[in-house]
Amino acid sequence: MESQTGLSLEVIKTIATAITIAVGSIAPAIAIGWIGSKGLEAIGRNPEAAGKVQSSMILAIAFAEAIAIYALVIALIVKFV
Amino acid sequence: MEISLAAEKIAQIGSFKVTNSLLLSWITTILLAVLALTVSSKRNLIPSGIQNFFELIVEFLYNTVNDVIGNEKMTKKYFPLLATIFLFIVFNNWIGLLPGIGPIGINEIKEGKQILVPLFRGGNADLNTTLALAITAVIGVQVFGVAALGTAKYAKKFFNFSNPINFFVGMLELISEFSKMISFSFRLFGNIFAGEVLLMVIASLVPVIAPLPFFLLELFVGIVQALVFMMLALVFIKGATTAEAH
Repeated sequence: MESQTGLSLEVIKTIATAITIAVGSIAPAIAIGWIGSKGLEAIGRNPEAAGKVQSSMILAIAFAEAIAIYALVIALIVKFV
Repeated sequence: MEISLAAEKIAQIGSFKVTNSLLLSWITTILLAVLALTVSSKRNLIPSGIQNFFELIVEFLYNTVNDVIGNEKMTKKYFPLLATIFLFIVFNNWIGLLPGIGPIGINEIKEGKQILVPLFRGGNADLNTTLALAITAVIGVQVFGVAALGTAKYAKKFFNFSNPINFFVGMLELISEFSKMISFSFRLFGNIFAGEVLLMVIASLVPVIAPLPFFLLELFVGIVQALVFMMLALVFIKGATTAEAH
């Protein structure tokens, strides 16, 4: 494949890295915001259950964030391997 | 600025390659063992000094585990594995932030260029370490489940032949056990390795003062990821040891 005309492999790798992490963070960000808002709502309605709600909320946020981390790992693999 | 996804080999014992993150994991293990032995050698009923500090940590972890499990007898069984996971991950992450991790290394010739192979690298910045922790945690969950429910009842969670839908759900549960391993290992690895890359990039751009908030971020991420790992393992243990309530 010609690498002199058009985009070289380095450029394609960099663009792919950037797009992977950018698009891959959209859904987790929305999900974490949603989980946080529902959690805070639940705490507001029932302050006594704050401890239980908080630990479940943190757990759910960790699950959602893991998806963003998968995207990040793929981006790093594309860039550095 | 050389960033390598895989940990680099620094020595070889027979045919076993010793990588730089393995070296740091060994240092963490030795440190934890030494701390545990010295703190628990003289136990006063009224704690003071370093014993007080460690009682704080152990009490915090014990209460966290107890709140989720509820049963004191069960908590005493599951607590050692979970607390060890937490302490190992936290110490590994924080030791990887000390000055000298990264710049101190061996000059090697690779592909004609001379590059620096760092002698130390964050313990959890290697997928092998996190995968080992993940496999240990998931196998621990299975063992605790079998111990609490008995083999037949625990196997019924996965191999349920009562009707086709339940069989399908059981197969899905089995596959999800493996996906837990993957998600555990990649969550921890991704967070810590990305943190290392971030610190390296910032240090190569603005070496003075600017890395400070990022080091604080890495401290925070280190302890949060350890806590998340422990709490997820805890929740899975709780799920595995409760009988089906249908």
